Amino acid sequence: MTGRQLLRRMAFAAFLGAILVFALFPLYYAFTTSVTPSGELFRPEIFPERWTAEHYRGILAGAFLRNILNSALVSAAVVVLTLAFALGAAYALARIRFRGRAAVLFGILAISMFPQIAVLAGMFELVRSFGLFDSLGALIFSYLTLTLPFAAWVLATFMHAIPVELEEAAALDGASPLSVLLRIFVPLLQPALAATGLLVFIAAWNEFLFALTFTLSDESRTVPVAIALLSGSSAFELPWGSIMAAAVLVTAPIVALALLFQRHIVSGLLAGAIKQ
Amino acid sequence: MTPMVVALAVAAGWPLARTVWLSFTDATLAGPADVAWIGFANYLEHDAGEWYGVLADPQWWHAVRNTLVFAVVSVGLETMLGLAIALALNTPFRGRGLVRAAVLVPWAIPTVVSAKLWAWMLNDEFGILNHVLLGLGVISAPIAWVANPDLALGAVIAVDVWKTTPFMVLLILAGLQMLPQDCYEAARVDGVSPVKVFLRVTLPLLWPALAVAVAFRALDALRIFDLVYVLTANSTSTMSISVYARQQLIDFQDIGYGSAASTLVFLTIGLAAIAYLRLVRLRPGETA
Repeated sequence: MTGRQLLRRMAFAAFLGAILVFALFPLYYAFTTSVTPSGELFRPEIFPERWTAEHYRGILAGAFLRNILNSALVSAAVVVLTLAFALGAAYALARIRFRGRAAVLFGILAISMFPQIAVLAGMFELVRSFGLFDSLGALIFSYLTLTLPFAAWVLATFMHAIPVELEEAAALDGASPLSVLLRIFVPLLQPALAATGLLVFIAAWNEFLFALTFTLSDESRTVPVAIALLSGSSAFELPWGSIMAAAVLVTAPIVALALLFQRHIVSGLLAGAIKQ
Repeated sequence: MTPMVVALAVAAGWPLARTVWLSFTDATLAGPADVAWIGFANYLEHDAGEWYGVLADPQWWHAVRNTLVFAVVSVGLETMLGLAIALALNTPFRGRGLVRAAVLVPWAIPTVVSAKLWAWMLNDEFGILNHVLLGLGVISAPIAWVANPDLALGAVIAVDVWKTTPFMVLLILAGLQMLPQDCYEAARVDGVSPVKVFLRVTLPLLWPALAVAVAFRALDALRIFDLVYVLTANSTSTMSISVYARQQLIDFQDIGYGSAASTLVFLTIGLAAIAYLRLVRLRPGETA
């Protein structure tokens, strides 16, 4: 290996190292902060000298456990409902020919690009008139309007790739549209459903604007709002140890999911962004 | 199945239509159910020699400026950084899967959490960034990254770059992997320099994928809310148009006026999207 090649390889390794530090350090530092005793937080350390679970104990003794449960409930409900509705809508979009289908497809894509703030006032009104204000129902309902267009779009893209002959054969054998959907599409679309479900879950788990606006009490808050509003005895003295403990608790499952299903997520994002 | 599509359109279209309608009324959050139609007064009105309405509010225009600066700078940086990282990850090396997984981590972290992580690292008194910079002698006194109005927008941009570059990397990497390999073979045989290969082969071929990725990111950046809200609260120095609209709607409880601002956010982003589509399509010699 010549000197120049060696130099080039070292530069490449250094670049990769920089990427890793850039990507991972903040999360690592949040973790070390969350296990550092309160009294030592004023002195930043890369490695904590003494470890403590005080922040975790403190945060779990409050309403935070309830907030995590809320987030999990809302996200799970949104995933199930979104996939169920989106599957039907995607079937219509991918298979049934009707006038203005192209316009509807474009409309759906446009809707998923709406700034959330543009629907906030109208949604607030709806939520209040349904009597859902400050309840998890408000979040499930409003998140569906965020996730459905995207999910329908992605699933329709995947459905396009499935040959029509399969359903035609099933239809000849007397299968109803519903059983075609459940017996043929659902098994074939499993990877797509997993990808879409994951992206929907992450979106619901992370959503902030609607959660901040449509809930008021600790009992119905989700995790992002709880973390954003976490404060100490005074406005100038934020409980950084507790905030970081909460951050680690919330981030761990979502990062684990993202890493486990990396391939699915990438294919889902690509279907939403590049194909068609 | 068609009713499903109609239901979808209604569910998403109704709140938007209501927001637009409310923007022409004097509705308030606490107010009575009967609201009066007041035309364009929430947008712009001339009364007794003074201009009123969102479009006459310097705060709104400041928010527009903030949002545009944020969108252009952060998406620009994310594209360049994303391109560099994607190119690196596109060359085979040991442990590539691991690096790719690590890159995905910031994207998966909830925005609120990443805002808090960085608020802590950028903290003027206890933050590790000031600590390190002081230790290295780069700065002589702690810097209030988030509290200083001149630096706060930069801090917001930096955090967004950290959080969203992975998205760019993923999309660009997928684009790179779809490029035909024979062009590269030919270039290698002819001994063309890597820089020239990048500029003459990779970039033109990658252009459609890049344009789509930038469009998605830009639309996302223009509606930014959570990062700004959590990192710098309702501070006027970083306020985005979405934060402005929500402050009017909820904090000031002025549904009519806030809806006018929301509608303007919608129009701004819609116009930006149309302008971008035109711009991308007008590039000669390339097909998107």
